[in-house]
Amino acid sequence: MTVGLSAFLLLGAVLFCIGLFGALSKKSAVMVLMSLELMTNAVNINLVAFSRFLAPTQMTGQFFAAFVMVVAAAEIGLGLALVLALYRRAQTIELDRIDRLKG
Amino acid sequence: MTDQLPLVPFLLLAGAAVGGALGMVLARNVVHAAFWLLEVMLAVAGLFLLMSAEFLALVQVMVYAGAVSVLMLFTIMLTLRRRDDAKRPRDLSMAALVLALLFGLAVFFAVSGFDPSPGVMPAAAPGIEAFGRLLFTKWALPFEIASVLLLIALVGAVWWGGGDEER
Repeated sequence: MTVGLSAFLLLGAVLFCIGLFGALSKKSAVMVLMSLELMTNAVNINLVAFSRFLAPTQMTGQFFAAFVMVVAAAEIGLGLALVLALYRRAQTIELDRIDRLKG
Repeated sequence: MTDQLPLVPFLLLAGAAVGGALGMVLARNVVHAAFWLLEVMLAVAGLFLLMSAEFLALVQVMVYAGAVSVLMLFTIMLTLRRRDDAKRPRDLSMAALVLALLFGLAVFFAVSGFDPSPGVMPAAAPGIEAFGRLLFTKWALPFEIASVLLLIALVGAVWWGGGDEER
């Protein structure tokens, strides 16, 4: 038995859906950021799988995945800094209680 | 690496990744969720190795499993006043579940009818050396832009996360 491209695509889809569910349903800002990281990882699996199965010598997908990792690292660093700033200001990171802009 | 990808290691790693992701979403304790996420990251690094992307597996372990998890745990530690604050209600919303399932269904139909690959994994896979050579020739400009982006993120994170008593 061998594994084809679609197995990796399905795995990426499953992980992305779990991450999407977490990002939509969680009430803690840190949990939302964690779910976003999960979604990024699912995308990276897809990119690397496409690269490996379709263009193994050019490795385009691998470079894309590497740049996605760069952007995700920047995003998580800024996101967590924002969470810390939010915590200092509002004394909570519960997204339900951060409603200063609510009319 | 042979041109055939064996099923057993893929299933083990995929199961570890999906199980860890479910554990993260269903965990009641935020700290436990962070450790589940670490487990998912390591499983994904194993999947990268399975696809002979050694450099990405290395970066995955160093950046995600090393840096991002520690950053998460630090933020959790700094934003909780008491130990009991880490335990939370499970936050499962029906609407989010329905939306994620619908999205998954759409993606499943898109993926299931789509396989442009010849079915088996191509044998030729260049290693880290070719990756580095391409990175500094063909992909040199995106590489530099990425470094500038990381610098901006660094400055921004220090600006936001630093103490605000001097401003």
